[in-house]
Amino acid sequence: MRDRIKPMLFAAALIPFALLLFRAFTDGLGANPIKEITHFTGDWTLNFLFITLAVTPFRRLTGVNAVARYRRMFGLFAFFYACLHFLTYFVLDQFFDWGEIWRDIAKRPYITVGFSAFVLLIPLAATSTNRMVQRIGPAHWRRLHRAVYAVGTLGVLHYLWLVKADIRPPVIYGVILIALLILRLPSPPFARVLRKPLPGGQGV
Amino acid sequence: MLIRRPPDIKPSEITDRDMYYSRRQFIAGAAVAGGALLWPGRNATAGAKLPNVTPHKLSTNEEQTPWEYITTYNNFYEFGSEKSDPADYSGKFKPRPWSVAVKGECAKPGVVNLEDLVSPHTLEERVYRLRCVEAWSMVIPWVGFPLADLLQRFEPTSNAKYVAFTTVMRPEEMPGQKRRVLEWPYCEGLRIDEAMHPLAIMAVGLYGEELPNQNGAPLRLVVPWKYGFKSIKSIVKIEFTRHQPPTTWNISAPDEYGFYSNVNPEVDHPRWTQAKERRIGDFLKRETLMFNGYADQVASLYSGMDLRKYY
Repeated sequence: MRDRIKPMLFAAALIPFALLLFRAFTDGLGANPIKEITHFTGDWTLNFLFITLAVTPFRRLTGVNAVARYRRMFGLFAFFYACLHFLTYFVLDQFFDWGEIWRDIAKRPYITVGFSAFVLLIPLAATSTNRMVQRIGPAHWRRLHRAVYAVGTLGVLHYLWLVKADIRPPVIYGVILIALLILRLPSPPFARVLRKPLPGGQGV
Repeated sequence: MLIRRPPDIKPSEITDRDMYYSRRQFIAGAAVAGGALLWPGRNATAGAKLPNVTPHKLSTNEEQTPWEYITTYNNFYEFGSEKSDPADYSGKFKPRPWSVAVKGECAKPGVVNLEDLVSPHTLEERVYRLRCVEAWSMVIPWVGFPLADLLQRFEPTSNAKYVAFTTVMRPEEMPGQKRRVLEWPYCEGLRIDEAMHPLAIMAVGLYGEELPNQNGAPLRLVVPWKYGFKSIKSIVKIEFTRHQPPTTWNISAPDEYGFYSNVNPEVDHPRWTQAKERRIGDFLKRETLMFNGYADQVASLYSGMDLRKYY
């Protein structure tokens, strides 16, 4: 059976990007468009990372296992928005100023962690195909892809360390991340109560 | 003190005032008409035009940042910490009636209402660069008068080594004050010789009109050689003090925001560089200038001081 939901989700995941393009071409990005693009793509990187991390808890809590087949796509969209975010910094903000970029990465902790998160995402995106899963072997592949927890943590730190005084938005992201990570622990005490039996006694 | 005139002004390059204002009115009219269609209720109602504003020789002739940007991209945490918050949430703020309490080390303290505070002064247009500590900048045509002229009216004594300023506290009108993102009310201060410097002004207007709420109505400080947060908005209290007064951002993060906070490309903010800035409207960044380009006028205030220590 053809999956008709997947193309719809794919299109939906492109809506933020389309919105950004629309605003860019209609002079809708305000006084400081480069900063606006940077923040917008950064927010959506975290949003898609979190959607990806929510797939397993969602399966556990609802028993709807069908969502698992969209996880790769969500993860790749996180990578897509991370690339846009990085390119915005690299091209629009610094305009290929290698010296300045290198100094930023070395000296500015929020950039160090943000850049590390981006670099860590690259092997995950590169090994996302079925063939790569086979080649690496599912056990190794799973271990490698646990790096996404580090990516999420570094991403939230990146946000937290760059704000001046109002830490509420990054703290909200942090709380959600912690919740998502707790909910995927092998046997969180409270999750067992919520947990519905998975069909076929399948594990998580 | 010798106040050198900035070398870069050619009279021929200054747009004739009438032409300048007729153009502004046309743009403002078009913006209001367009804005009314797109964002009902969101366009900043243009304030009353200020009478008898004279141009000032300390103005820069650099291209001025459009009104639209100056009034929609603001750091005014009393209305929220997003740049768009002050424009979005300052509609309820009432800048009239207004009065300012003047106290401390002076012969004539008292409470002065806004009209009496402003009316003795000739309003001047001062086109100044504004450099935010976040590494962006604008060129803003303020309307105001020398801070020194105002302060002198209260006859500060020889004990007045510093001047402290306080912003109004009105959580009902300023939603940002309902959360303790910063210690409210916002306070700032200057050394007395900084406050008396001819570049420092008390601003009451922008582009020839009364200050919009989001820009610090009805009365704000403008100290163009310091990072923008020193230019405190919506002032209700001025106090002459013997000792260096506390300042809000310094309380919030002492290692990041000093009392002086002079624009200085050589001393980085701990988390980002201050060597460059993006002028709003530009694509490429430009070099940040020492004292925001006002070194000829103000560097002597700090001679002998280690500006790394007194950042």
